[in-house]
Amino acid sequence: MLKGILGPFLAVLRRDLMLAWRGRADVLVTLAFFIIVVCLFPFGVGAETNQLRAIAPGVLWVAALLSTLLSLHRLFAQDHADGTLEQLLLSPEPTVLWVTAKVSAHWIVTGLPLVLAAPGLALLFDVEQGALGVLTLSLALGSPILALLGAVGAALTLGLRGGGVLLALLVLPLFVPVLIFGAGAVDAYLGGTGATAHLLLLGGGLLGALALAPFACAAALRIAIE
Amino acid sequence: MLEANDLACLKGDRLLFRGLDLHVEAGEMLRVAGPNGVGKTSLLRILCGLAMQEYGQVRWRGLDIRRERESFHRALLYVGHLPALNDLLTPLENLRFACAATGDDPGKSACLEALARIGLGEQVDLPARVLSQGQRRRVGLARLFLSASRPFWVLDEPFTALDVAAVADLATTLSGHCEAGGTVILTTHQDAPFGKAPTVLDLAGVAC
Repeated sequence: MLKGILGPFLAVLRRDLMLAWRGRADVLVTLAFFIIVVCLFPFGVGAETNQLRAIAPGVLWVAALLSTLLSLHRLFAQDHADGTLEQLLLSPEPTVLWVTAKVSAHWIVTGLPLVLAAPGLALLFDVEQGALGVLTLSLALGSPILALLGAVGAALTLGLRGGGVLLALLVLPLFVPVLIFGAGAVDAYLGGTGATAHLLLLGGGLLGALALAPFACAAALRIAIE
Repeated sequence: MLEANDLACLKGDRLLFRGLDLHVEAGEMLRVAGPNGVGKTSLLRILCGLAMQEYGQVRWRGLDIRRERESFHRALLYVGHLPALNDLLTPLENLRFACAATGDDPGKSACLEALARIGLGEQVDLPARVLSQGQRRRVGLARLFLSASRPFWVLDEPFTALDVAAVADLATTLSGHCEAGGTVILTTHQDAPFGKAPTVLDLAGVAC
């Protein structure tokens, strides 16, 4: 039974990871964009240490959010163009299963590298060690939410002309709460109140998104191929 | 096995056809005919459950296909216009994924055998982007050999871009499937050497 459920999930996950590996250039662009945007800030606002330390969480979070947006339109576009999406929708397995697999693969490829790069980049801003951990943890909890919410937007704008711009307009407002609690976690830690509340909220948000977003995504994909 | 009552199909704001009834039994092959743009592909997509009809009902073994989605899709094999082929993957990887994603797991050797049977034995390790149109088509059709357990096949222009020998092979495979109790619905503009001439449904009769 478990194998029957996991079979299609793993097949989609494995395929998407393999595709990402074969087209690595596309993936590296997202990470490079994240690193460059973060590095631009010290040039723009000056190298005053206290100031850099204060803006670090916000800068890293906004950069992560924009890089996520950069790769979102690719999530379903290729499969839609070559007909794979039709075949997946004709699968007797539950749609949410492979949608979750696709989003997971997408996050592993585009979100996880940002989480891993974040501590190194935060050092450029002279963020202290405890805050470094909180920042990384907030990104680790928050970036999958971005991927899940973004996937709904990507499915809704699939096949539309100018879909990329529409996608940004659609999902950026939805990203705001994640940004507030993500960047807020570090500020709360530095302010002495502790980051637990913020991180718990992010964790709750992640579970909520994980439970609901695949269903919304599946419904939007069915509409997109009609 | 499959029946449709009073189907109407709306594309954009144009009514393609209405009042369409069809009925196919086990062992029957139905060819949907009609000029370009009359709604053949739209009809096949409705019969598969990929698109929503404007009016009417499609029933599989007496049950609405939208209610019984899972069991219907377990019985269905659809090969559409689009090849469902990723350029970065090899034919073998594409075929194995196509099977795995729809819940089948025929294994590597069965997939290799299917590809060899469809005439791609030499190309299993090449990325799909270097294949010709006809070869790409064949990768999609290789699934026919792995889908004997699926009784209901829907094929949209399966003969396009295939050479004469491949058309004859495919026709034999389709006739064989019907003889074994399967059902085939297809569209084609070509004459193919079927064992038994298929029933023809001319959409021009119900077009608006």
